[in-house]
Amino acid sequence: MQPTDIRSPDYFHKVVDCQWACPAHTPVPEYIRLIAAGRYADAYLVNWQSNVFPGVLGRTCDRPCEPACRRGRVEEKNAEKPEPVAICRLKRVAADYKGEITPRLPRPPATRTGKKVACVGAGPSSLTVARDLAVLGHDVVVFDGDPKAGGFMRTQVPRFRLPEEVIDEEVGYILDIGVTFRGGQRIDSLKSLLAEEFDAVFVGTGAPRGRDLDIPGRSESASHIHIGIDWLSSVSFGHVTKVGRRVIVLGGGNTAMDCCRSAKRLGGEDVKVIVRSGFDEMKASPWEKEDAQHEGIPILNFLVPRRFEHENGRLVGMTFEKVHAVYDDQKRRTLVPTGEPDAFFECDEVLVAVGQENSFPWIERDVGLKFDRWGLPVLDPKTHQSSIPNIFFGGDAAFGPKNIITAVAHGHEAAISIDRFCRGEALTPRPAPHTRLTSQKMGIHEWSYDNDVSGENRNAVPWAAAEKALRSIKVEVELGFDPATAFKEAQRCLNCDVQTVFARDLCIECDACVDICPMDCITFTGNGNEADLRTRLKAPADNFTQDLYVSPALKTERVMVKDEDVCLHCGLCAERCPTGAWDMQKFLLEMTHAGAERPATSPERSAA
Amino acid sequence: MTYIAKPKLHHPTLPRNQVGFTRRDYEGRISTLCAGCGHDSISAAIIQACWEMDIEPHRVAKLSGIGCSSKTPDYFLGNSHGFNTVHGRMPSVLTGANLANRDLLYLGVSGDGDSASIGLGQFAHGMRRGVNMVYVLENNGVYGLTKGQFSATADEGSRSKRGVVNMDAPIDTVSLALIMGATFVARGFSGDKGQLVPLIKAAINHRGAAFIDVISPCVAFNNHAGSTKSYDYVREHNDAVNRIDFIALRPEVTADTGVAEVVEIEQHDGTVLHLRRIDPDHDPTDKIAAMNYVQRHQAKGEIVTGLLYADPHARDLHEHLSTVQRPLNQLGESELCPGAAALARFNASLR
Repeated sequence: MQPTDIRSPDYFHKVVDCQWACPAHTPVPEYIRLIAAGRYADAYLVNWQSNVFPGVLGRTCDRPCEPACRRGRVEEKNAEKPEPVAICRLKRVAADYKGEITPRLPRPPATRTGKKVACVGAGPSSLTVARDLAVLGHDVVVFDGDPKAGGFMRTQVPRFRLPEEVIDEEVGYILDIGVTFRGGQRIDSLKSLLAEEFDAVFVGTGAPRGRDLDIPGRSESASHIHIGIDWLSSVSFGHVTKVGRRVIVLGGGNTAMDCCRSAKRLGGEDVKVIVRSGFDEMKASPWEKEDAQHEGIPILNFLVPRRFEHENGRLVGMTFEKVHAVYDDQKRRTLVPTGEPDAFFECDEVLVAVGQENSFPWIERDVGLKFDRWGLPVLDPKTHQSSIPNIFFGGDAAFGPKNIITAVAHGHEAAISIDRFCRGEALTPRPAPHTRLTSQKMGIHEWSYDNDVSGENRNAVPWAAAEKALRSIKVEVELGFDPATAFKEAQRCLNCDVQTVFARDLCIECDACVDICPMDCITFTGNGNEADLRTRLKAPADNFTQDLYVSPALKTERVMVKDEDVCLHCGLCAERCPTGAWDMQKFLLEMTHAGAERPATSPERSAA
Repeated sequence: MTYIAKPKLHHPTLPRNQVGFTRRDYEGRISTLCAGCGHDSISAAIIQACWEMDIEPHRVAKLSGIGCSSKTPDYFLGNSHGFNTVHGRMPSVLTGANLANRDLLYLGVSGDGDSASIGLGQFAHGMRRGVNMVYVLENNGVYGLTKGQFSATADEGSRSKRGVVNMDAPIDTVSLALIMGATFVARGFSGDKGQLVPLIKAAINHRGAAFIDVISPCVAFNNHAGSTKSYDYVREHNDAVNRIDFIALRPEVTADTGVAEVVEIEQHDGTVLHLRRIDPDHDPTDKIAAMNYVQRHQAKGEIVTGLLYADPHARDLHEHLSTVQRPLNQLGESELCPGAAALARFNASLR
């Protein structure tokens, strides 16, 4: 193999699995160390800079970081139940204990650019655009049909998962940077918006239409059948305050989980989720399924809805066809009827949460904006620019329904494009991330991070007592970690951003690092191609998603090969190295946001 | 050295051997030696060899003297028996232990000071008595614990870290072991585990006095230009005579055993060492030739490594003395006090 180019920003970034997996590339280990040090405000600001809504995301994030977390792989065959660091809930810890941070947030700059930007919709992507552009001196106006900003976070995420104060606070931080919010002002026409002489328009209107289920009985029992996301927002606004005794929720995504748990709190005694696919293939995050089951909601799988059953215009139940999954050679799944008699379940109300769709009824088709055959706008995937140069899309409105953290990442990218567009600069190439590589060595065996790897298992987040939690839709279920538990959980982080950096010229090939490495990551051997090398290492390197770090040839013509897969970042290789050929260096990667090449737009903070 | 303990976490695929242990189970406490010490590599090689041979840790006794090398038994086989003797007296304590309990595997660990200076006499007698043991001499040519003075194995003309030239003739422990009657003599290098681990395994298999001199660079005091025991010098002057490819459980019946570069040496227990010759001039079963070979190549400045001599018909101390087959601690009262009739018979035999 060719020697690894560690100067390429992607190489070490990939080693920080959580940060690599995060759509907004939040520097996770950096803020976890700050939490361990009790520097909650600093930890919050690291998050705020990257993901804008730490308090919201610390409760509701889809957390792609956690399945990626190295700790989960490291605990394989070591702990009873291998689990990642509770990254998401640590984020909430930063938000819960940060104290007053307002003085440290950026203020609107005195010099204005004179450029006007409209954001349609006040969800996470629009608000991210607004924040990134407001600090640069652009005049941003955010429109939303609802009276308060927050979008999906406010209208569809149930209050027992996300208290309204958290949304108010974090939306407030953005609006306070001099963003104009026009609540209750739904944009009905793109044409008339364009006529208002905005320099650029950002569309962050989400995926507002819930899919319906067109099967027999739908229209006859219409008054007892609701579209999940519409029902959730009605609950959120207090238009719906109770539900029938027996409720069926159709669908296997997170919306279905929110629906069933909300129904349980609004008087549903017999609430069940019924899903077409198998339990394991459901789209909902595993922890959301667990939470629903924890509250006594059964999830029944492999049942395809056939009919709404009604008597005298009243819904009485639903009939389902029993199926099982059959996989073909390409591992494609088809659901095949088992031939058993149909299943019938009684119910008083049905919530349909079988997916969301994009919908742009307010965009005139003759305005010149191109849409693809799925009804999504034609966009440049990197710049988010549409076929009309000054119109940009982000969040669910851009590439279909995803999640909050993806919407935030879109917001950052669109803001870069809009800022450059307003300044008459080219939208590509995109700005490179800002990276720093700093030695952590403080003494012969002292490091500026805690390298003694914790043996703790994952800590569970405490819950409010079930009878209290289920009594009201507004009582938050999860209580968050207390500081002592947060510290223990933070110590589980392996500090994957503290990289093992190898200097070929200093190595004397004494094998000390090979002998001490607890995970058998390091091998000195003859070079070969990657497939061959992977089989010749001290421990097999079977995880092809994880890179091999290969040095240039050493004096003996061999190369040093390190399998990054399960490295503990304990630094023992560097401690046992007599010549300093191994060093532990912190790789801090921060995404470049709009205007970052210009003066300070980020909150003040000293290093972790 | 390191303050923190090595994490208990291990690679998910870490395999177990026939007796149910992982390699990590053969480790000891964290080493307090200098970072990069060759001795730590030797400890790792011993761990690897014992794991591969499915040795039960409680059937091993580690004995050592005084010095950096003699500290190392604390850093491997943490669940085995250990004895730190007086300086240079490891061979006699090991001999006594072996006589008392012949069933354990005896691992003598010593250094150049312990074996070639203060304990030279003990070393010689341990070899000539044929004590069944693996004697590992971790040879770095300096006294590391007292900051790097020359030891008795330092080569004439080699320089200390401060520039002093050694004028004394070195003691070559390999030649000495051959002369004193060791029946298995090898030399390894801490920087080449591929060679060292099979040597240790073969030595464990050998019945009789098995001696391995392991060149083990002292990174703190003897790893500079001018040293003849540095990583670079040993790598440049290493003359490996052979490689042990594998150790078979029994002689193989194959038509093609006559391959010139492969030598098979059957041991007392029927296992067979498969030696791949690197130098065709060297015959590891001919003791006189081995001594000549070592002397001839050392005169050329080469460091001869590999299995230098193995006597397939070796006998050990217990055979010499016709001792009882069972360990003393397993003998009951009837064997130890056989009664007046047995005494009378014995006395009669001497009349």
